[in-house]
Amino acid sequence: MTASPKVWAILAMSTLESTQALTSFDVHGAANPSSAPSRRPGAMVSAELAMHLLRQMVVIREFEVRCMQAYQDKKIGGFCHVYIGQEAVAVGCTAAIRPSDPMVTAYRDHGHALARGMSANACMAEMFGRVDGCAKGKGGSMHMFDREHNLFGGHGIVGAQIPLGVGLAFACKYEDEVIHERKSDRVALAFLGDGALNQGAFHEAMNLAGLLNTPAVIICENNGYSMGTSIHRGTTMGHNLAAKAAAYGIESAVVDGMDVLSVYESMSLICDRARRESRPAFVDMRTYRFKGHSMSDPRKYRTREEESQYEAGDPITTMKGRMIEAGMLTNEAFKSILREARAEAKASVEFAESSPVPAITELHTDVFVEPWGRYTGSSDPKMLGGARREPSFRAIENSEGLS
Amino acid sequence: MSVREIEYRDALNEAMSEEMRRDKRVFLLGEEVAQYDGAYKVSRGMLAEFGERRIIDTPISESGFAGMAIGAAMMGLRPIVEFMSWSFSLVAADPILNNAPKMLYMSGGQFGCPIVFRGNGGAGGQLGSTHSWCVEGLYSNVPGIKIVMPSTPYEAKGLLKTAIRDDDPVFFLESERMLGTKGEVPESEYLIPFGQARIARAGKDVTLVSFGRPVLFCLEAAETLAKEGISCEVLDMRTIRPLDIGSIVKSVRKTSACVVVDQSWSFASPGSEVAAQVHAACFDDLDNFVHRVHTVDVPTPYATELEQEYLPSARRICEAVRACLYRA
Repeated sequence: MTASPKVWAILAMSTLESTQALTSFDVHGAANPSSAPSRRPGAMVSAELAMHLLRQMVVIREFEVRCMQAYQDKKIGGFCHVYIGQEAVAVGCTAAIRPSDPMVTAYRDHGHALARGMSANACMAEMFGRVDGCAKGKGGSMHMFDREHNLFGGHGIVGAQIPLGVGLAFACKYEDEVIHERKSDRVALAFLGDGALNQGAFHEAMNLAGLLNTPAVIICENNGYSMGTSIHRGTTMGHNLAAKAAAYGIESAVVDGMDVLSVYESMSLICDRARRESRPAFVDMRTYRFKGHSMSDPRKYRTREEESQYEAGDPITTMKGRMIEAGMLTNEAFKSILREARAEAKASVEFAESSPVPAITELHTDVFVEPWGRYTGSSDPKMLGGARREPSFRAIENSEGLS
Repeated sequence: MSVREIEYRDALNEAMSEEMRRDKRVFLLGEEVAQYDGAYKVSRGMLAEFGERRIIDTPISESGFAGMAIGAAMMGLRPIVEFMSWSFSLVAADPILNNAPKMLYMSGGQFGCPIVFRGNGGAGGQLGSTHSWCVEGLYSNVPGIKIVMPSTPYEAKGLLKTAIRDDDPVFFLESERMLGTKGEVPESEYLIPFGQARIARAGKDVTLVSFGRPVLFCLEAAETLAKEGISCEVLDMRTIRPLDIGSIVKSVRKTSACVVVDQSWSFASPGSEVAAQVHAACFDDLDNFVHRVHTVDVPTPYATELEQEYLPSARRICEAVRACLYRA
């Protein structure tokens, strides 16, 4: 399989000098994925996979619509960041990896959770703060964790998850090569938003990934805005993020994140290469969020014209059109996909509403794997004696070493 | 089994090496731990034994490598992260305070974080204000971590082995001032459980409660006070979290007086927490309020004379004990 020039757009140093004029509604700036693909997108995708990608995007869209409603109805608390507009990214990326590949993401994480295989019920119940949520209602919208599906969380502090992602990749390699003494062929995906590009954690993680040859694919979901600050107001070289990767000796690609086929095909190649060479990669995934940063964002920092322009490139509409054109889909079949997705999303709300609130005893669990008793604060003498519990030393045989 | 005298740094080295021989999931990373043989020679010889896949030099990038190690721990590896100084952990505050201790909770019990962060803490080496942190004052506020402060080579080895086998994040606070201290350490394997204080010296008039290096100052003070007819019971707590309040209470019910010696600043510190808990549990047993000896509430000075006055010392402990016993 040869990488197309589009996928491995490794920019020469001379390009770093050229800051091209930006078009009026181009939030990302120059070096867009404008170079014509060497072949039609979709060449690697079967009808079955195409249907899967479309279906997942529709499910996420309908789920997020329900989320927004539930938030407005005050059924969901705290912060809530919906993924509408960016569906092609999580769907295309997760389709391109194996179930054994770990991934980690930031706080706009519902799409990643669903794409990775979490049920809409568990995801919605988590946001409702109910016991059937993926984290028993202890995490919330920003913290979707799913051990079964190797999703190592949504993380709330901007950029914090990137070193974790490099650690996941490091652990895959260490486990396979040092412990099991075989060649590792796993990759870890670490997602970030373009707002995380200016955090120290991003730069430290990139340096470590490059230095330690970790198979981490670091994907910047570049939607052009960190909250209300456009990339050009907050990030130097925002038009050419490959420059940042080049600084760390990491190969990079610019990918059209509004096109699920491009995402899938590019990511397949990028991940294959990361596995084969056991090296990191950086992806400038150009996308756009159709809604605000969070539920309380009036979007005064951008124009409605700009939004309409990007909405015209809706990833679901694009994929649907392409599949109809290719004879893989009919309008009727699409309507039925939409109906099913709506039913699934609606059912998740009903499920979440009927799921019990966590027992108050849950407040005290999951603080320690090996606890020594409940810490009830300094004024409660009931904790006396609680410190006497010995660690269990699960890894050790019998009672070796303990007094 | 035979007992030999070894340095505190070698006790740490033995603990790590033994655990690394026992479990391939354990690895060490940090600044200068490999080729340099350890900035303070704690990891001396470990690169030669375990190789560069398991003894990993990192760049000066605490936030990055702490976060990376946490990711690896979530996958089930058991990293030991060496901070050259705990003072440098402040730039890694987000991963060590916001990720490691909360992962288990916010994932609803799905992802734990079996990791040890270790390194030097505390003042006393004329390192100035920024390199002399006693981070236990800040970090003991956070639920989800275990905090260990060994006061002797024996405690250092036994507690570090426990820390490495523990399934939760452990902050292991050593002291640069004690790395060369020698003490008796058995040849045979042993572990010291968390949350069990050690009676470093038995006594009947006053209970001295301390953690880490200040335990040595307490023992020194106890010698002086013995000559004045005051019998001190010195408790080496070994761990701040879990706090073995049971042992403190047992001792205070016997002595009716308690002085806490804590090398962190006084405001909202482990010392103030111990005092509050003792007041709650021993309200009717105490003849005086719990007295506290801390570092002085100022940034750490450089000049030796100022720095020594800044630290808890045997002299200041003696003063506090006399005041507590109405003998001032």
